[in-house]
Order: sequence, then C-alpha cells, then structure tokens
Amino acid sequence: MSAIHLRYEVPGDDFTRAGEASGAVKKRLKALGYNPDAIRRVAIAMYEAEINMVIHAEGGYCDVDIYPDRVEVLLADKGPGIPDVEKAMQAGFSTAPDNVRNLGFGAGMGLPNIKKYTDDMRIETEIGVGTNLYLTVKVNN
Amino acid sequence: MIVKDIIDILQGEVICEGDLDHEIKTACGSDMMSDVLAFVKDQSVLLTGLVNPQVVRTAEMMDMACIVFVRGKEPDESIIKLAQSRDITLIKTRFRMFTACGLLYSNGLSGGCDV
Repeated sequence: MSAIHLRYEVPGDDFTRAGEASGAVKKRLKALGYNPDAIRRVAIAMYEAEINMVIHAEGGYCDVDIYPDRVEVLLADKGPGIPDVEKAMQAGFSTAPDNVRNLGFGAGMGLPNIKKYTDDMRIETEIGVGTNLYLTVKVNN
Repeated sequence: MIVKDIIDILQGEVICEGDLDHEIKTACGSDMMSDVLAFVKDQSVLLTGLVNPQVVRTAEMMDMACIVFVRGKEPDESIIKLAQSRDITLIKTRFRMFTACGLLYSNGLSGGCDV
C-alpha cells in the first residue's frame, strides 16, 4: 500500500515553471527525513523528465508514490510519443529545438541522466498518443 | 572555502544573500544545465553565463548553495525571488567563465569529479 500519494500538473506553456513539481517533491521527502542522496536522485530524475514534458509534449502530470523503501514516479503526457526509444536513450542524441538549447537544455542528456539516477526506468510510448515514464528510486534510510 | 571567499576571490557582487558561511567543497561551470545535472558530487557552487529561472531550479535539485553569474550578467526579478525562496546565494562577477573558474581553482577549489 502506498504511504503517500501526490499528484502534480506540469504546465506545458511555461518553461519557467518546469521544476515546480520536482522541487515540491524534494521538499516533501526532506520533511519526511529521507536520505539526502536518494532525495537528490529523485529530484534530478523528475526534473529532467519535467523539462522533457515541457519541451516535447506540452506538459502533462506526474503521480508520485512515496513508500518507506522507495519512491515511484509516473510522468504522463499526451505528446507526440518517442519514435525511437533506443536512440533517445543515447547520450547526446536530441530532437529539441535550438531555442531550448539557449535555455540550457536539449543536450541529449535528459533520458540518460534519468536512467543514471533511478533504480528502475520504464517507457511506454505511442506515436500521436503520448508517453508514460515510470521511475523508481530505492531509498536506504 | 566558504561563500564569502568566493565573493572575495571573484570580486563579486551579492545579488541575493543566502548563507554566506556555507562551506563550498567543489564547483561546476557550465551553460548546459543537463551537463550540470549529469555529475552529482556535492558540488556547492555553479558558475554560469546562462540567466534564467532554470539555473536556480538546477541548483536547487543539486543542493547547491551558490550561483555565480559570469561576465557581469544580471538575473531578473523572477530569478532573484526564486533564489530567495530557496535560500541560494546569487553572485555576479565581471570575470568571464574561464577566468572565474581559474581563479577559484587556483585558490584550491576543485571540480570534484576530475575524470
């Protein structure tokens, strides 16, 4: 059973607000006394995913389930889907437009970073329908 | 090294004051936030030429205490407010990225992940 369930909307039209959900989850985990390393891994993975949602999919929502031994996050969007997941997982591969690079993202490090910081990562994607990204970070308190 | 030392070394100006006695262990210099997010090593200061709210969010996710804007770049009010609410110190220096990083490095600060 889930200890704590949280849901956040990720607005798709405002790049400046990307990261609000990750920041809120980070704060919550800190208040719950989770270990700082695990908190950071959750925050960074979620933040990269939030940025992806804003860049590629006009936003969406995230569901966060906080268990004593792990944190599970679902980031769901109704964006264009990922045509080649394997390619998208390669460090340096990016389809982000130039204006996103000017904002400090779009280096093709999003999904590789997410994979690096999570213990489990699963992508369900369908062209023209959307993408669900499932993340799990184990916590050793 | 503490935040105050960074201000002295870089002849910096404080734009938003957080904990100036916070200990700085390592630093990171980049305009690409995903590159910053790729290496988690207790980096406590971020030097950047990028000026937007995502710089503060990146620092927040990484538990960084201080951001240095190089080349005299000025963050706007929304960036300052975000930093205030996160207790992150914002500093601007007239030095360019290479020089600012070099000055801190030659004063004993390292990148924390040298390979």
